[in-house]
Amino acid sequence: MTAYILQRLIQSVLVLLAVSIVVFLAVYGIGDPIELLVPPQVSAAERAAMIRRLGLDLPVWQQYLSFLGNALKGDLGRSFVHGVPAAGLILARLPATFELVLLAMSGAALIGVPLGLLAGLNPESRPSRAIMAGTILGFSLPSFWKGMMLVLLFSVALGWLPTAGRGETVSLFGIQTSLLTLDGIRHLILPALNLAIPNMALMVRLVAAGTTEAMTQDYVKYARAKGVRRKRIVGRHVLRNILIPVVTVAGMEFGSLVAFSTITETVFAWPGMGKLLIDSIYHLDRPVVVAYVMLATLLFVAVNFLVDVLYAALDPRVKLTGEMA
Amino acid sequence: MSLSKSVAPVVAANADTPLRTKVLRRIRSRPTTRGAVILLGVFVLLAVLAPLIAPQNPHDLASLSVMDNRLEPGSRGMTGITYWLGTDAQGRDMLSAILYGLRTSLLVGLLSSAGALAIGIAAGLFAAQFGGAVDAAIMRVVDFMLGFPSILIALVLLASIGRGVDKVIIAIILVQWAQYARLMRAAALVERRKEYIEAAVNFGLPTPHIMLAHLLPNSVGSVLVVTTINIAGAITLEATLSFLGVGVPVTQPSLGLLIANGFEFLLSGEYWIAAFPGIALVLLIMSLNLVGDRLRRSFNVRT
Repeated sequence: MTAYILQRLIQSVLVLLAVSIVVFLAVYGIGDPIELLVPPQVSAAERAAMIRRLGLDLPVWQQYLSFLGNALKGDLGRSFVHGVPAAGLILARLPATFELVLLAMSGAALIGVPLGLLAGLNPESRPSRAIMAGTILGFSLPSFWKGMMLVLLFSVALGWLPTAGRGETVSLFGIQTSLLTLDGIRHLILPALNLAIPNMALMVRLVAAGTTEAMTQDYVKYARAKGVRRKRIVGRHVLRNILIPVVTVAGMEFGSLVAFSTITETVFAWPGMGKLLIDSIYHLDRPVVVAYVMLATLLFVAVNFLVDVLYAALDPRVKLTGEMA
Repeated sequence: MSLSKSVAPVVAANADTPLRTKVLRRIRSRPTTRGAVILLGVFVLLAVLAPLIAPQNPHDLASLSVMDNRLEPGSRGMTGITYWLGTDAQGRDMLSAILYGLRTSLLVGLLSSAGALAIGIAAGLFAAQFGGAVDAAIMRVVDFMLGFPSILIALVLLASIGRGVDKVIIAIILVQWAQYARLMRAAALVERRKEYIEAAVNFGLPTPHIMLAHLLPNSVGSVLVVTTINIAGAITLEATLSFLGVGVPVTQPSLGLLIANGFEFLLSGEYWIAAFPGIALVLLIMSLNLVGDRLRRSFNVRT
């Protein structure tokens, strides 16, 4: 187990290094780094001073090493627009994105698993076919379009929920959250639902396929022969077996939910990391974009690492010796 | 469905039937798929003929009349044309804008899929043929690319190179090629173990000839089958990037950008500016997905 963890850890560090090189080359290699890193409105003297201070007169490899060294210390540059460290700016927006992602993920599981079970138990019935057809819509419709339709239906036409913003927040252990106020929750519902839909469709597909397959297994036949009630077979035996892949996929989708929240946050003007990324791209605030990429990569790599290790710990069939791969 | 009807196609579609006939039969057998194919044909036709059939050239600012801005569908403008789908904030006829937008969306979708297909096939073929270090290097890059959400890669790339039709195409190629490479490699690896390849090698045929004349045509099928779905993916990605404001430029709006422009008016009840391009985009994506899904299932390709 230790060897496996170590191997995965080394792989993760290598991925992070590779991303740092790609990002470094993207910012410093393509185009003029001075133009990217020095705000255009400064004077010539200030400009020369900044070039020296940022080390832009040094050779490329030396610049990369100092970029890497600073990144390790948590310094990913300063935002041009806000004039504060970029990493801090992004981390301040983290709670807003995380509460959205967490709510979307739990919503996807709470709605997706029962629907998938329903569709998997009677795959030929009319409601099941409708559910499965719905998942195609859930997968393929563009996220921004679904978000707009939700706003049109629930905010404009019905007037039930607010169209945008985060609503009233309260401070919990120093972190602002919308989850504890009624107004905050009302603001959360639509963006969380929008973010959840593709994931929900994925859950339905996974659970339906798993259920249909599980119902033909010997342990189900045996339980049925023993006279166990259908409800108990499904709830106790089938559900438990299909939840393993569901949990894995939910974990792996965490990163893509954070990435896709960029779209949802833009549609609903939700002040999270994704909205910050889009705004920074608009304002050519490169340090924030670079910092976002590095932090997002760190997040993906960490989540993938955790999922792999947990999976290895939960499923004894995964080889732990580290000699595969 | 009667028994004879359901059995007939299975019997007819034996190994001697040409592939094309089989595919066409599979598409015709489902009314929804048939409808989707017809709809796709109409979309392509409308996009190609846009300059001829559009009531107005939406890129020509001189032909627009700002007095006609945000008119409801069906109203008559100052210039005498009837705006069947209304007008946007600049007084642009939405029907014309949608026809031209369809052009941009389809162009980006097709070109980027073709580019990604070419690069992916080449990379997968090389990985399968040469194995070893070449294979490892290519597949590490593929794993790396597939490890990140497509939207994020495209966003960050466009953030550093700026917006433009050509740049969006580059971004989508970068996002999509890895998927094709993985599929191509898997198919080519299976094919390479077969006897005819072994025979070709023993004949002393040059490696490039074996790769291009034998390996490529025999393993490219599964890759081509998923292309339809990936075109839908490319169009969705382009629409999303344009919606976020980093995609195509405002001078050449795609469906996604038209929707973005109409978003602010949607909340005040002027639904047509965003809704009609939206319906066009959704129909386009859905029909591509329906056809693609049917093709994929007919050939039993796993992605």
